[in-house]
Amino acid sequence: MATATDGVGTVQAEQSKVWEWLTTVDHKKIGTMYGITGFTYFLISGLTALAIRTQLAVPNGNVLSAELYNQFFTMHALMMIFLAIMPMGASFFNYFIPLQIGARDVAFPRLNALSYWVFLSGSLILFSSFFLGGAPDAGWFAYAPLTDAKYSVGSGLDFYCVGLIILGLSSLMASLNFAVTILNMRAPGMTMMRLPVYMWMTLVVSFLLILSLPIVTVALVMLYFDRNFTTNFFTPETGGDPILWQHLFWLFGHPEVYVLILPSMGIVSEVIPVFSRKPLFGYAAIVFAGASIGVLGFGVWAHHMFTTGLGTVPALVFSATTMGIGVPTGVKIFNWLSTMYGGSIRFTTSMYFAVAFIAMFTIGGISGVMHASPAVDSQHQDTYFVVAHIHYVLFGGAIMGIFSGIFYWWPKMTGRFLSEISGKWSFWVMFAGMNLTFFPMHFLGVSGMPRRIYTYDEGFGWDDWNMVATIGSYLIGVSILIFLINVFRTMRQPATAPDNPWDAPTLEWATSSPPPEHDFDVVPEVHSSMPLWTNREMGIVTPEAPEGLHIHLPPSSYMPLILAIGVGLIGVGLLSHLALVGIGVAISTYGVWGWSIEPTD
Amino acid sequence: MSAATHETEHHTSLGVDNRKLLMWIFLASECLFFGSLLSTYLIFKGESLSGPGTDIFAFEITSISTFVLLMSSLSMVLAVYGAQHGQLGLMKLMLLCTILLGLVFLGFQVYEFKTFASEGLTLSTNQFGASFYILTGFHGCHVGVGVLYLSSLLISSVRRNGIGKETPLYIDIGGLYWHFVDIVWIVLFTVVYLIPAY
Repeated sequence: MATATDGVGTVQAEQSKVWEWLTTVDHKKIGTMYGITGFTYFLISGLTALAIRTQLAVPNGNVLSAELYNQFFTMHALMMIFLAIMPMGASFFNYFIPLQIGARDVAFPRLNALSYWVFLSGSLILFSSFFLGGAPDAGWFAYAPLTDAKYSVGSGLDFYCVGLIILGLSSLMASLNFAVTILNMRAPGMTMMRLPVYMWMTLVVSFLLILSLPIVTVALVMLYFDRNFTTNFFTPETGGDPILWQHLFWLFGHPEVYVLILPSMGIVSEVIPVFSRKPLFGYAAIVFAGASIGVLGFGVWAHHMFTTGLGTVPALVFSATTMGIGVPTGVKIFNWLSTMYGGSIRFTTSMYFAVAFIAMFTIGGISGVMHASPAVDSQHQDTYFVVAHIHYVLFGGAIMGIFSGIFYWWPKMTGRFLSEISGKWSFWVMFAGMNLTFFPMHFLGVSGMPRRIYTYDEGFGWDDWNMVATIGSYLIGVSILIFLINVFRTMRQPATAPDNPWDAPTLEWATSSPPPEHDFDVVPEVHSSMPLWTNREMGIVTPEAPEGLHIHLPPSSYMPLILAIGVGLIGVGLLSHLALVGIGVAISTYGVWGWSIEPTD
Repeated sequence: MSAATHETEHHTSLGVDNRKLLMWIFLASECLFFGSLLSTYLIFKGESLSGPGTDIFAFEITSISTFVLLMSSLSMVLAVYGAQHGQLGLMKLMLLCTILLGLVFLGFQVYEFKTFASEGLTLSTNQFGASFYILTGFHGCHVGVGVLYLSSLLISSVRRNGIGKETPLYIDIGGLYWHFVDIVWIVLFTVVYLIPAY
């Protein structure tokens, strides 16, 4: 984009730049928007966690009221899961699916833009609940009958229903798009078993979302009906079944856990071979392990419900499947370790985070397998041990993997290297902080501290470890600050990154950093799952771009934005006045109509 | 959505058009959607504490509306045949038939809901009412969306003289959706109406 020098021109350039981003259908720009939005929510959600830890630092803390505390821990989880980790995952998916499979864009560029704008409107609806009468406060899995209109009087749970349905719609559209793109838009020679592992994990995640989101949508609709239209799905005194909510929620909720972790497993599977200078050990094994995690992920949900009295046989079955899903996970861990074994390892920041991912995720995975035993699980249910477990897999796993990806792909996305020295500082502070925060929670849980209590009395032996955990959480905050400073300083430097600074084997490194709008001048030949390394060995040189290269790109469109505004208004209407739903439907109809008639060539 | 994009390349890795593949995968998602609703209905079957139960069904009337919806699948097949064999007139006529049959089915459903409500079965009466209305109601919404979808296909082909290059594909994808909604109804009709309460 040319920068105008005179005053008037600058204003025009600024306006057109905003318009360009609002109407873009370029997967790289959409990925960037997903990333920035997701990271912003990550910071906000992190602040709520710091407030929670501050409240719990000492016995009888009085930083937060009980009501606010309930809202904070609920929104911390909802924001981290739906507004931070999933969109940051979607950011990398968007940016790298076409680049890694050798395509010029995703299959449906406008649908891709629509996914982002609908995500943004859903996230704003969910987040705005803080300022409109109180956020959801029944925990992220919102067990009935606490969520009944009788017990949750405010409108927080309505925001929960409407917000999550809209976010689910966005994820569904994005996942359909990604699945079609990976299945159908691969470069010539890029067979399924030559896909980068990251693409395989993306495909599995997409199918997990496609098949699990409709289930939670049904549950959310029923909850919304219970609260607003006098049905009785989940209220026991009138014949409803609160356990039904748990089944429907966890049938979505457990696949969702793999939705959060599999992208990071994919990132680590890219990073470790590159920095070990060795091909990934057991490519097929790791692919099939990922796929079988996806399949088994639908057969373990009731391990969240051992204490509801499932009966002996279901408890045994779900115990066995839960232990079983540990097997493919273990296969992956051995694959990563074997890839590093005998390699000439370069310890970059990205590699630090990847190795930490393996270690931390293994700890979280092992405490997860512990909960496969109904007897153990009944002891740990609703204690801080469970909190420790999920944070080892989600912070030690998902977040570490995302940071590994950020440091790995930053030069490709921006043309600039993040500072390695600063990066290692942020790594070590984060690593120490996260272990200080979450490891003591194992002890707290075993000594009986329940989760989701806003304060506790002294004399239970919980004081010291709570203080340690709070100190740790502040260290995590410091590490994020170091990272932010790193980002801002990096972005002021000139873009000097070469095409393939890490000597990586996958296709995204065969184009310039950052990539041109059409991604590739010429897509390299693909003969293996590591095309750039194989081509170098076989002496295959990608031909120069022909003179006057013209690649046709889809034109930008503002219809996705209009349609998303319509969808957002429908959501707002469901929470306020039904007249707004009508306006939302009208705007959406206009959006669909405009979408279908606008020229796309 | 008929608004699927044109911007895709014609060569695809699997040999299936992107838009058609999208519809297939979307329908997989819909299976889980109706599966969850149907499971809810079955879990609550016979669990109502008060109010009317499955004896409220007017079996004959629903059989007629089921027949109407099944016939709409036949006309949809003929519309796809017309589109694929260059018979624009047949295609338009059969699309119109399908839309009208869909509307008749919806009319039957509105009549059924009204009758049940007047006999004292509403969303809040009991578990049967809530799960029945939400299950068949969402199916009705899908038929409604299908009617709008096919109508938009019909309207966009009215002004044409010949069949466009992409038209057979669009009608085919619309047909996939329509048949899916029909199949769901066959399952619902069997499970909800034909298998008596135990």
